[in-house]
Amino acid sequence: MSLTHTETCPIRLTDGAVAIAGRPVLRGIELVVGTGEFVALLGANGSGKSTLVRALTGLRPLTRGELLLFGTPLDSFDQWERIGFVPQRSGAASGVPASVREVVSSGRLSRRRLLRPLGAADRRAVDDAIALVGLADRAGDGVGTLSGGQQQRVLIARALAGAPELFFLDEPTAGVDLHHQQVLADALGALKARGSTVVLVAHELGPLAPLVDRAVVMQDGRIAYDGPPVAAPETDDHHHPAPGDVRRRDHVPHVSAPLERDR
Amino acid sequence: MSPAELFSLPFMQRALLAALFTGVAAPAVGTYLVQRRLALMGDGIGHVAVTGVAIGLLTGWSPTWTAVVVATLGAVAIELIRERGHTNGDVALALLFYGGLAGGVLVTGLGNQSAAKLQQYLFGSITTISAGDVVVTLVLAAIVIGVCVGLSPQLFAVAQDPEFARVAGLRVRGYNLLVAVLAAVSVTVAMRTVGLLLVSALMVVPVATSQQLSRSFRTTLGAAMLLGALASVGGLVIAAFASYRATVAPGPTIVLLSLLGFLVTWPVGVWLRHRARLRTPFADEPLGHEVSHDHGPHRHAHGPDCGHVAVPHDDHVDYVHDGHRHAPHDTHYDEH
Repeated sequence: MSLTHTETCPIRLTDGAVAIAGRPVLRGIELVVGTGEFVALLGANGSGKSTLVRALTGLRPLTRGELLLFGTPLDSFDQWERIGFVPQRSGAASGVPASVREVVSSGRLSRRRLLRPLGAADRRAVDDAIALVGLADRAGDGVGTLSGGQQQRVLIARALAGAPELFFLDEPTAGVDLHHQQVLADALGALKARGSTVVLVAHELGPLAPLVDRAVVMQDGRIAYDGPPVAAPETDDHHHPAPGDVRRRDHVPHVSAPLERDR
Repeated sequence: MSPAELFSLPFMQRALLAALFTGVAAPAVGTYLVQRRLALMGDGIGHVAVTGVAIGLLTGWSPTWTAVVVATLGAVAIELIRERGHTNGDVALALLFYGGLAGGVLVTGLGNQSAAKLQQYLFGSITTISAGDVVVTLVLAAIVIGVCVGLSPQLFAVAQDPEFARVAGLRVRGYNLLVAVLAAVSVTVAMRTVGLLLVSALMVVPVATSQQLSRSFRTTLGAAMLLGALASVGGLVIAAFASYRATVAPGPTIVLLSLLGFLVTWPVGVWLRHRARLRTPFADEPLGHEVSHDHGPHRHAHGPDCGHVAVPHDDHVDYVHDGHRHAPHDTHYDEH
């Protein structure tokens, strides 16, 4: 918490609002995240927590408000090497085989010039990132042959390889069994120990709970709670009843014409 | 005529050069198309390019250049529709397919050109390629190869995960359009070799073949380019020798040789994947869970290596023990 100077804090979002296809999804979002904080965005499906992360990374344009990343307005922000993004797991495999090392190497792109081969520092960063998530023995294997939890760790390693200061993780534990959630939590704990700022979206925290400094709970597109994590029932070992409505609600109306725009 | 004499003929040497460069360039772009699951995009561009060729025949301009222009416009249109149209990109692709083909045949008719002239471009006529055409083919193919290999880290990242690439500061739309334009250029480059209707085969089949055996993107790309060159030159040579006895068109020969390569490697790929599956503890797992060798001190959390039988169930894994199934769900177990 040495650099929590107001000018340089990693995220400063004032009066943020996001609309998807004209429908307001987020409104009145005030969020300031200081250096070294470990923030969990919590909330039910459809509460807007993933949309908020997408807005903070510039993937979703804000319809109102201002977002400063490291003190720079998003529109003129170009220090992308300071940001690491771990999307939901669906992006790990594609139509052509790719090895773990290749996927993780793309994490160095924000630090590489065009048409330059991977340098020694790049290789070292990639190997370190793979080792940190515990996949050193699988580095040459195809990503498609890994289990879901391992693929998730590959995506985390990819973000790690760029040595960013600010991490965004979108549901890193979704669909990952408890054993692998613990491995993930260990990798994120190592990040936290390095002083990185982490913003993660989670449905439930599970083994990540001890790492979280601050919980931001989203409800219907607004921040309903922002503060230290409540003595979380998640740490107890008992059965949770399923939340009342777990149907998938995203706010995007289904588009069926070939030329429709989504925003 | 002896084989030595055949290969010393200028038209044959031109054809071999064109085949070699086309065979390397087409799979290089094709790899990125397959990676984005757009294997049929080359086919769509090929159909659109028919209109370009017909415009060239009608106006008297070089059909190669009119095809480059029209195919590029078509490719950019396909890319933009794909970007904005969500899941219905294939419908838009189909619209362009048929529009391009019908437009080409119609315009050819308007110019009172015979279908035979158009057929040269539809199915290739590599042995009639002129010296000027060879130069154009070599330059365009070299540009395609250079960009595909030189920008491979960026193009790979964008095709692999566009959202990550954007947060890494890459101009995703720019790279997507670049791939579309490269695809259009390589379609027109390959048009004289295998023809517009078969061009997609040269872009996709070598990639499909090489990914049977490879685990990494880099080897897939390299092997696809090598296989494309082998099929392209090999097909031309086979067609040339076979022409002593029968009329054998080089275009289809190249495509069939390429497909033969796939047929040969496919069982090997199946065997390799089978062997990879045997390495995993549960052979009946289509999800491909594997034992992780990196667990810490043993705490009994159900996991792939906890010893209980794991059964894939929708998006998670159930662990069978004492006659019932436990599915880890965050901090607790769901009973199934």
